[in-house]
Formats: sequence, structure tokens, C-alpha cells
Amino acid sequence: MKGYTRTFVILALLLAIGPYILYPIFLMKVLCFALFACAFNLLLGYGGLLSFGHAAYFGMASYVCAHAAKIWGWPPELCLLLGTSAAGLLGLVFGALAIRRQGIYFAMITLALAQMIYFFALQATFTGGEDGIQSVPRGNLFGVINLASDLTLYYVVAAIFLAGFLAIFRMIHSPFGQVLKAIRDNEPRMVSLGYRTSQYKLLVFVLSAVLAGLAGATKVVVFQLASLTDVHWMMSGEVILIVLVGGMGTILGPVVGAFIIVAMENYLAPLGAWVTVIQGLVFVVCVMLFRQGIVGLFERSLARLKKSPR
Amino acid sequence: MKLSALLLVGLFAGAYTVAAQAEMDVKIGVLNDRSGVYADLSGEGSVIAARMAVEDFKAADKGIKVDIVSADHQNKPDVGSSIARQWYDQDGVDAIFDVPTSSVALAVSQVTREKNKIFIDSGAGAADLTGKQCSPNTVHWTYDTWALANGTGGAMVKQGGDTWFFITADYAFGHALERDTTALVEKSGGKVLGSVKHPFPGSDFSSYLLQAQASGAKVIGLANAGGDTINTIKQASEFGITQGGQKLAGLLIFITDIHALGLQVAQGLVLTEAFYWDLNDSTRAWSKRFAEKNGGKMPSMVHAGVYASVLHYLKAIEATKSKEAPVVMAKMKEIPTDDPLFGKGQVRVDGRVIHDMYLFEVKKPSESKGDWDYYKLLATIPAEEAFRPLNEGGCPLVK
Repeated sequence: MKGYTRTFVILALLLAIGPYILYPIFLMKVLCFALFACAFNLLLGYGGLLSFGHAAYFGMASYVCAHAAKIWGWPPELCLLLGTSAAGLLGLVFGALAIRRQGIYFAMITLALAQMIYFFALQATFTGGEDGIQSVPRGNLFGVINLASDLTLYYVVAAIFLAGFLAIFRMIHSPFGQVLKAIRDNEPRMVSLGYRTSQYKLLVFVLSAVLAGLAGATKVVVFQLASLTDVHWMMSGEVILIVLVGGMGTILGPVVGAFIIVAMENYLAPLGAWVTVIQGLVFVVCVMLFRQGIVGLFERSLARLKKSPR
Repeated sequence: MKLSALLLVGLFAGAYTVAAQAEMDVKIGVLNDRSGVYADLSGEGSVIAARMAVEDFKAADKGIKVDIVSADHQNKPDVGSSIARQWYDQDGVDAIFDVPTSSVALAVSQVTREKNKIFIDSGAGAADLTGKQCSPNTVHWTYDTWALANGTGGAMVKQGGDTWFFITADYAFGHALERDTTALVEKSGGKVLGSVKHPFPGSDFSSYLLQAQASGAKVIGLANAGGDTINTIKQASEFGITQGGQKLAGLLIFITDIHALGLQVAQGLVLTEAFYWDLNDSTRAWSKRFAEKNGGKMPSMVHAGVYASVLHYLKAIEATKSKEAPVVMAKMKEIPTDDPLFGKGQVRVDGRVIHDMYLFEVKKPSESKGDWDYYKLLATIPAEEAFRPLNEGGCPLVK
């Protein structure tokens, strides 16, 4: 636990000084994707459930939040709350259906359900079709904090991210998290020990959807738009890429992965088509050389260093 | 003596600083699709066109130093808007050009307005850019869906194609295209016999094509875009629909698509464009230069639009000696547009640029004299009729 306190302090410090070193909007994008990836990692890394449709929760939350802010004129905190709850509700329905199957069938069911959400977003009138919901006002948080300034907004986003990150950390290190990891490693054994594994799986699914929704709703406040990109299956793919590159089942992996992937998209944008090629190469290298991702590799070499006698 | 020498030095130094002040740095960003479906249409070609405009304007001789940056927005509005923000906030970009894909263009227009810069769109079709969502910071150059629907729908009826059947992509964009074209067909005295909606994206269009064929309409309007249009045209060619006497009218299709399809498949297709390389001597001369730099590929109308818009922007900069957005924009709307590619025109108060549009028919393979000889001109739609009338767009800037 002690080591983790240090990690948190360093993370909080980095978050605090970040906008003075890097472009705040870039960092906010990283934080949104990091939170999204953390939520996904909770499900995949600790629950052992590979969902291929997480864009549905991310995107649904962003549409709901954008609609509430733009059409109903709600303040940002209520929009975030509404978007997040919508994602949670969706997660509850989809999760209840999907956890009845395992492995590849589970992944396919989540993908199929997510595609239904994609077509819903494409056809429904309130989503604005392929134009999405644009020019969403940022508004005033709690009626007092004006979010128009990028720096103010950055600290709000950083606080949301940190809250989500700590919540996930708390879950993983609770008895609930222990049961979850045990189910991941050997489900029949947990059943034989008397645990109702499907309840645990459903709960982690919903929690993951809620946090993914929080990330999606936050992204709307930052970029002021919700679009089909958010619900497209490629978004589900991207979050898997982030988690695998960063390190599945590690607490910091998704954060590092999000930074790397978003930075590549951002700073390599002038290279055009090469971005996707480079991303593909990075993915292949990661899977071939270090399966535990960058953070997993780092943790392992650190552990080896500690063990080795001097 | 010493004093006068000093004075002289002072004078020179003064003159030098004046010259240095007259030297202006302008940074323009070409933001478009460099990896996806619109990469041929815009992509690197638009950067080449922008560079040619800077060269032809002889910007360096006029004391204006122009830097061009470019990026890929991947047809995603969030990627596009974050690049635009970063360009304006961090990289000191003064104006953004091109930006195909309507959703991205609308997002960039929004960011540009917020940051009070200039955005001149060439690649996108959204008529809303100069309609309900118009902005004092946005100019829309080459075409829009209204102009295409007007050209293909309105001018086609005058050519005798007075009964229509639509094959429409079943989403907001397809519906809008069908609705607008229907209105224009009926206004010109034509009749719409029916329409059928296909899922988006679609791959098998045979049943829709058979319905269209059975309807007996003289014109089959394709109210879809990109891969859907290409697939519909390919399958229509397999059914021999154009050979059967019906005409196929593409509502959103470009010369690069025709190049990819080949004349054998695309022959007989009717479409509207704002520019064709083989229109007149000046377009031919420019396009030849362009093709040399672009691996032999002729320019699309989007490339031409980027060239013309950069040229017009630089003219306004030169005239005002300023790059403040409101000043430059006022000048751009004041001076008439005049370039070798689109001829004379004007930037309207809502940001719409007015120039002639052309109705083309794709040639039969036997009529084509060589590479890129694809179109024959059916009709020229004069500038004042080619675009949506100023008072019908719902733009708040129009009083």
C-alpha cells in the first residue's frame, strides 16, 4: 500500500504541473481516454471479461450529456451525472444479457449490442446523424466556476479523472476486487466455494460502464461535441489497444497507454495515413515482445532488480 | 559630418525597421483526409494546390512569408476540432483551408469562430455552413449539397430528364439530399415517381436498382455518398441500366471517383461539379502544372477550390496589411473573387462563394481521347442561379 501512496502523490503532482508543460487540451483528451481505459481495464484486467463494445457506454453518455447541455441547457455537473447514469443503465441491461456467455461469445454479444447503439445513434433524430451534436456549451460548473478557460477546465477534468482512478483503485483492493480476481483466474472454483459469480460479474460490468460513461460525458464538456466516432466500434478497438499497450491488469497501465496512443495520434497527425500503420506496428511489437504491456514490463523488471542479490 | 553620418545611419535603421514590419508571417493550415475515403479528393493534392497559390501570388516578393502546415483529420470531428484548436492556440495558424467531411467542417467552423480566426472550406458539402450554422469567420468555397442538387436536379429536368426515382442512403444526410433534390426537380417542372431507402453503409444494391429500373423513371438519382455511390454505380453497370436508356445521376460524386471506377463502368453518369480541368485554356494550363506535381493525377474541384481560396485570402492580406480575422474577412467579402480556375465571383455576406457550376455527363470509353478525358459539358449553371438564394439559407448574418 505504501508504494501506491507514492505513486498517487507523483501522479497528482504530474497532473498539477501538466498544463504548464504540455497543451492543456491534449492533456484533457489523454485524461478522458485514460479514464475510459481504466474503466475497461477494470473489466478486462481484473474481471477477465473482454468486452468489444465499450464504445456504446462511452458514446451513449456523450450523446446524453451533449443533449442535456445543448437542448435542455443543464449545468455541466448535471449533464455529467445524467450521461454517466445513462451509461450505467445501458451497462446493466447489456451486462445482464452478455455475462450469460463466456469468452468469444461474450465479446461478440457486447459487440452486437454496441452496434445496435451505433445504428440507433445514426438514425435517431436527437443525435444529429453523422454531424453529431455540435457546439455544446461548456457552461458554469455548480453555477460559479466558468469552464470557458482551458486551464480551469483542465483542473476539473483532472479532478474527475483522479476521482475515477481512485474509485477503481479502491474497488480492486477491496474484498470485492479479490473475489473478482479469483473469478477471473478460476470461475468454477469460486462457484464451488459458494460465490454467486454472475452477480459479481454483472456488478463489475455496470461499474465499468458507469466509469466509461463518465469519461464519455467529460469528453463532451472538453470538445463540445458528441459524434458517431464515440459510438463506432473503432472506439471499442482503440480502448483495447490502449489497455494492451499500457499493460492489462496493472493500475497505471491504461494511463500510460492512453498517453502513448493519444500522443501518437496528436503529434504524428502530419504524417497522415502513417499514423495507423505506426499504431499497428507498436501494437504488434507490444504483443510480441512484452505481453504485460509497458507498465507490466516495467513492474516485472523492477521486481527482478529488487530480488537480485547485490 | 559625423552628425550627418549618424543621422544617415539612423535613417537607414529606421527604414529597415519599417521594411521589417512590412514583412508579414502568415501561417495557413490545410486540414483534410489523408488516409481515408476522401484522401484522393483532397489529401496531399490540396497541400500542393495551396503551395501553388502561394507561389503564383509571389507572396515572398510582396513581403508576406507564408508557412503551410497540414494534418489528417481522419474524417472524425473530434480529431479535426482538436487539431484546429491546437493550431490556433499553440502553432499560430491564422487560417484553415479545405476540411472535407461535413461533420468535421462544422466542428472546425465552430472552433474558428470561438478563436476568431479564418476558415475557408473547400472539401465539405454541408450547406448548413453558410445556412443555419453560418459564421462570420467561415467562407465556403467550392460547392455544397444544395448546389449539387440544384445542378443535377434542376438542370437535368431542363435537359429532358423530367421523371425521377431516388436510391437513398437511410440516414440524415441521404434524406436531406433526397428532400432537397426532390424540391428542385419539382420546381423545374419534373416529377418524382418514387424512392427506395437502403441501409447505410450498403453493399448489395441489386433489388433497389431493379425497383428503380421498373419504375420507368428517366433519371435514377443516387442520394448517397462515398462507397455506397461507387457500389451502386458498379452494380447499375452490371444491370446495363444506362444502356437501357435511363440516366444515372450522382448527387455527390467527384472526378476522382470516376477515375477509380473507369469509363466502362461510369459511362453515362450525370453529375454536377464546380470545376473540370479541361474547361478552358487557363484551367488546362493550371491543371497541367498541378498534375506534374501530383504524380500525373489531375486536380479535383476541391483542389481547385483550395488554390483559389488561398489566392483570395492572400489578396485580402496584401490589401489590408493585416491578418486580423475581422479585417481580412471584410476585405475578402468586399473585393470580387477572380482567379484562373473559377473566373469571376464574389464572397456573399453569409460566407458562400458564388461562381458558375457545370452539369457533366461521363463519356463513353469510345469518346474519350485519353487519360482523364472523362466529361462532356451538358450545361453551365450561371453563378447567380447555381447556389441557394441568400434569403433562403436561414443564416443569422443575413439581415
